[in-house]
Amino acid sequence: MLKLTVNGEAREVDVDPQTPLLWVLRDQLGLTGTKFSCGIAQCGACTVHVDGVATRSCSTPVSAVAGRAIVTIEGLSAQAEHPVQRAWIELDVPQCGFCQSGQIMAAASLLSEHPTPSDAEIDQGMGGVLCRCGTYNRIRAAIKRAAELASEGETQS
Amino acid sequence: MKMTRRSFLQVSGLAGGGFLLGFQLSAAEARTAPVADDEFAPNAWVRIDPDGRITAVVASSEMGQGVMTAIPMLLAEELEADWLRIQAEFAPADRAYTNPIIGQQLTGGSTAVRGYWTPVREAGAAARMMLLAAAAQRWGVAENACSARNGEVIHAASGRRLGYGELAGDAAKQPVPAAVFLKEPGEFRLLGTPQKRLDTPAKCDGSAVFAQDVTRPNMLTAVVQRCPVFGGTRMGFDAESARQVKGVVDVLPLADDAVAVVAEGWWPAQQARDKLRIDWDFAGNGGLSSAEIRRRFEQAVDAGISARSEGDVAAALGQAGKTLEATYEVPYLAHACMEPMTCVAEVGEDGCDVWVGTQAQTRTQQTAMAITGLPQEQVRVHTLFLGGGFGRRSEQDFVRDAVSLAQQTGRPVKVIWSREDDIQHDYYRPATYNRLAAALDADGKPLAWRHRIAGPSIRARNSEQVRESGMDGSSVEGAENMPYEIANLDVTYAMVNPPVPVGYWRSVGSSQNAFVTEAFFDEVARAAGRDPYELRLELLADQPRHRGVLELAAKKAGWGEPLPAGRARGIAVAKSFGSYCAQVAEVELDENRVRVKRVVCAIDCGQIVNPAIIEAQMESGIAYGLNATLNGEITIGNGRVQQGNFDDYPLLGIAEMPEVEVRILESDASPGGVGEPGTPPIAPAVANAVFALTGEPVRRLPIRLG
Repeated sequence: MLKLTVNGEAREVDVDPQTPLLWVLRDQLGLTGTKFSCGIAQCGACTVHVDGVATRSCSTPVSAVAGRAIVTIEGLSAQAEHPVQRAWIELDVPQCGFCQSGQIMAAASLLSEHPTPSDAEIDQGMGGVLCRCGTYNRIRAAIKRAAELASEGETQS
Repeated sequence: MKMTRRSFLQVSGLAGGGFLLGFQLSAAEARTAPVADDEFAPNAWVRIDPDGRITAVVASSEMGQGVMTAIPMLLAEELEADWLRIQAEFAPADRAYTNPIIGQQLTGGSTAVRGYWTPVREAGAAARMMLLAAAAQRWGVAENACSARNGEVIHAASGRRLGYGELAGDAAKQPVPAAVFLKEPGEFRLLGTPQKRLDTPAKCDGSAVFAQDVTRPNMLTAVVQRCPVFGGTRMGFDAESARQVKGVVDVLPLADDAVAVVAEGWWPAQQARDKLRIDWDFAGNGGLSSAEIRRRFEQAVDAGISARSEGDVAAALGQAGKTLEATYEVPYLAHACMEPMTCVAEVGEDGCDVWVGTQAQTRTQQTAMAITGLPQEQVRVHTLFLGGGFGRRSEQDFVRDAVSLAQQTGRPVKVIWSREDDIQHDYYRPATYNRLAAALDADGKPLAWRHRIAGPSIRARNSEQVRESGMDGSSVEGAENMPYEIANLDVTYAMVNPPVPVGYWRSVGSSQNAFVTEAFFDEVARAAGRDPYELRLELLADQPRHRGVLELAAKKAGWGEPLPAGRARGIAVAKSFGSYCAQVAEVELDENRVRVKRVVCAIDCGQIVNPAIIEAQMESGIAYGLNATLNGEITIGNGRVQQGNFDDYPLLGIAEMPEVEVRILESDASPGGVGEPGTPPIAPAVANAVFALTGEPVRRLPIRLG
């Protein structure tokens, strides 16, 4: 049995330790917001946070994250109120939507590292998260909007 | 529940504005679902429940193009609904939902708004009339003393109001009107406004359900190993070590070209697949290569069938002051939807259920009927969000996988293709080989244009008529309708069908033909010593909508104004799917990489439903076409696709995405498509900018410099 902490909850799973975290989340824990697309860490659709760092769950053996804090799109906020989600909704970013969990998780991680990211920092932080619908310009604008929302939240509190 | 296809009677214009449409629909037959006594479900397109919530039933598939918002807007406009109380759900597969343009329930060819423009508005209008009648009856007043607005019926004289929810039960008892009035465009309140998408919130918190996310009790997950060589078949296989993998339930032959591993979860299935030993018969295709395919195109290209012929091109080329010749080529392309092909199926005593992101509900139902032998009413298609479609999800291969395995195992089965399966077993955008020629008169005016196309036919697969005639309209679209006024003009098509499967890819024939046409046009303009924009305008004297988008794009892009050193503009225009689109691309070179910095896009898609969605679709079409311009190339070697994943079939990333400015023309014309028309102009606009920068024409995609 492997002990995991997913979205703040302790979970135990009985799987081959080499199983990628992605498939444990999806097939064992029923957390399907994290998506499978390439399987080789080339597209970012499977991005989750491990100890706060954006991580490609399709290429991370579950044994490597035992005991660490794993956060998926379902656990990013309770009611989609994370600044990135609010900005995404405000700007109607998604099209087909399939890559957007990964985009949002990558953006949230980027903003935790760079609270007011430059275009170059966005290019670097989001460069590996692919969108076939071409929502990139809205993603860029929404990240900047999320930075504003986050700083407004801090000012208020 | 059985539904009948609704039929439409004649449309007659009436004095005083509006259209009276015959509205023939049996309320009892066309309800969408079993309904409560106090719910109002007057037709296949709408339900109103007692608390006033309105459900729009959407027949089209949502693959990102915004149809789950646009179609409900059509309904809400005529229903006079409160837009904030509208929710949308996907329709089941049923003849009631046939797209009138296509004749099937299928989302493709940018036809959703065009096809449902009238029937869905009619449905909203009919429901509104029944709500009005119910209110008038309850108040004991004349119907024409009442009006409907924003989800309420209002009796102005007394100031009384009733919400749609309060009227739902009574409205359900009203007779379905035999005819309805539709609004004139000037009366629209909702259409033409930038409403937020209804599906956005679910796509921001992980709750939107794609086929990949479906779970059924006792479900198995399957991966499918297909013959790597096109056209090959399975001889035999050894699954002994695959069966040893923990979690594997069975290994099963599938059709005649595949073997499936079914397991408790995707990972064990995928691990076991790598341990399969399969003997294939490559059917003589094991030596097929891109070079061989190109040779076959080249041999055939001059012996095509005429798609359009005007004047005498041969004579004009012989007598002209100046002639040009060029060869243009484009590669096969994969669709590369972000969600690999996925389908869930369950076959039980009460029929077959299919959960799938499909563009083609009718075909999906027929596919399952053919495999299971079940009648239509026992095959239920549950459409989910599509993780990209682009034409790929109108195919049935992945549906066949799931239904066959569900039937063989007797358990629900979810088939998830790997990314490599998806890239290597697609129905590809056709590769083509094009031979162009043009002639100029002594004044530099284009006198002749010849475009010979060689390449595979998409429709040949399913149409004997296409195979026999040798002509496929989708292979020449974007070329045979080239819009320029040139007296002598020939377009021919030589069908060559190598064993590489081809299919519909966003904007279909125009995806390659607009590039060839518009890029060669700039070669002609250069030879004539003319500005390519000015020459376009001159040769489009009789094409006001082409000119309209060109002029708008050129103006907003500052065509002709100076640019920083090292930067150039290119312009292109294309009509596709009932819409007109022009783009100006600003391009720089970074060593041998093309950097597209800015794109100005002008679109005339007729009447506007939702400008925010149109803008998003132009950005999307540009991104999709730009990837084909800069990156996309599927090559064949040893009979198989040589690419497999995003490391060797790279997709456009955020850093490559140009700034995009979209301008939408105001128009009273009937609605055009929006999902695809943004794609065709981008490749030639970029190619023409590179041509302007380097002086060397771009005659192949993707663009490779140096």
